[in-house]
Amino acid sequence: MMAELSDIWVYLARDPLFGLTLTVLAYLAADRVYRRLGMHPLANPVLWSVIVLALVLRGTGISYERYFEGAQFIHVLLGPATVALAVPLYRALSTLRRQWRGLLVALPASVLVASLGAVALAWALGAGQTTLASVAPKAVTTPIAMGISERLGGLPSLTAVLVILTGILGAVLGPPLLSWLKVRDPRARGVALGAAAHGIGTARAFNESAETGAHASLAMGLAGVLTAILLPLAWMAMG
Amino acid sequence: MRSRIYIYVSILSSIALLLVFQLAGEATRHALALPIPGPVLGMLGLLLALALRGAWLRWRHQAAAEVPPALEQVAATLLGHLSLLFVPAGVGVVTHLSLLASEAVPLGAALVVSTLLAVAVGGWLMARALRSPAP
Repeated sequence: MMAELSDIWVYLARDPLFGLTLTVLAYLAADRVYRRLGMHPLANPVLWSVIVLALVLRGTGISYERYFEGAQFIHVLLGPATVALAVPLYRALSTLRRQWRGLLVALPASVLVASLGAVALAWALGAGQTTLASVAPKAVTTPIAMGISERLGGLPSLTAVLVILTGILGAVLGPPLLSWLKVRDPRARGVALGAAAHGIGTARAFNESAETGAHASLAMGLAGVLTAILLPLAWMAMG
Repeated sequence: MRSRIYIYVSILSSIALLLVFQLAGEATRHALALPIPGPVLGMLGLLLALALRGAWLRWRHQAAAEVPPALEQVAATLLGHLSLLFVPAGVGVVTHLSLLASEAVPLGAALVVSTLLAVAVGGWLMARALRSPAP
């Protein structure tokens, strides 16, 4: 009986379906806990699914390559999903028409501080080239950040984790920081959270008000585009 | 029944539309040797197409131009579960645990300081621009 069970296990662990099913189940469970906890940024479902799946791989001795044979079917959807970001961005264009003057100043400044500030600090503290390329796009939405990281010679998977940690930091510390700086305008709070903390910051902004959230989503999209254009150019200029 | 088939077809063509724009983005990136990721170029292409379509519809019908419902539905489905799509790549961090451990201090400091600065700079500049009257 035990022998049969372990035979089945060996068979299942080799099947690509295993990685695929495990990913969906881990995410569903993490998402349920996240909703149960009132969508607190620290309960971020991506972070916790990654932790749970990493522990499962370590516990079962399944290699990441084998896991990815199944999980890649989810991964390929990142490309079309990035293209689909055009739809919410198109709907936010009316906000852009009203706020372009402020955004023209605030967005490039926030994007530059977020990316080059992180690179400069990590470099000063002795981080290597690969780490610097991985941390540079950490403030923008994950699909765009992973694409940039790959172009710069970073590790997209490290970038994915850094992006999520950035989002959590921004969502937890951003609102009290903005209040402390006496930034009370919901439009300015939204732009700050969306530009510096992408989707996780945007979700937090929607908790404050719909207006804050709308400005956060626009800032997130534009910051992603801006970073994708400016950062590789800055990277080439710096050599 | 007929309308249901129509919806299926237009959902399928919306998926095809996303793939075609992604492919066009990748092709443009290769052809022009651009450092920008292909899907981002695809997103900009789709945004431009939607804006042109909107301008055309407004000019022809003088009505607000909405996104085609099928495309809206496909985008909402993909983006509604966007977080799930990062998980497979995120798990890849297990292959870089030693790098992460050896550079935890520079990475941690860089994340905390740059994120706080970016929030402060973005919020402060935007608030200032909103207070000053338009010229």
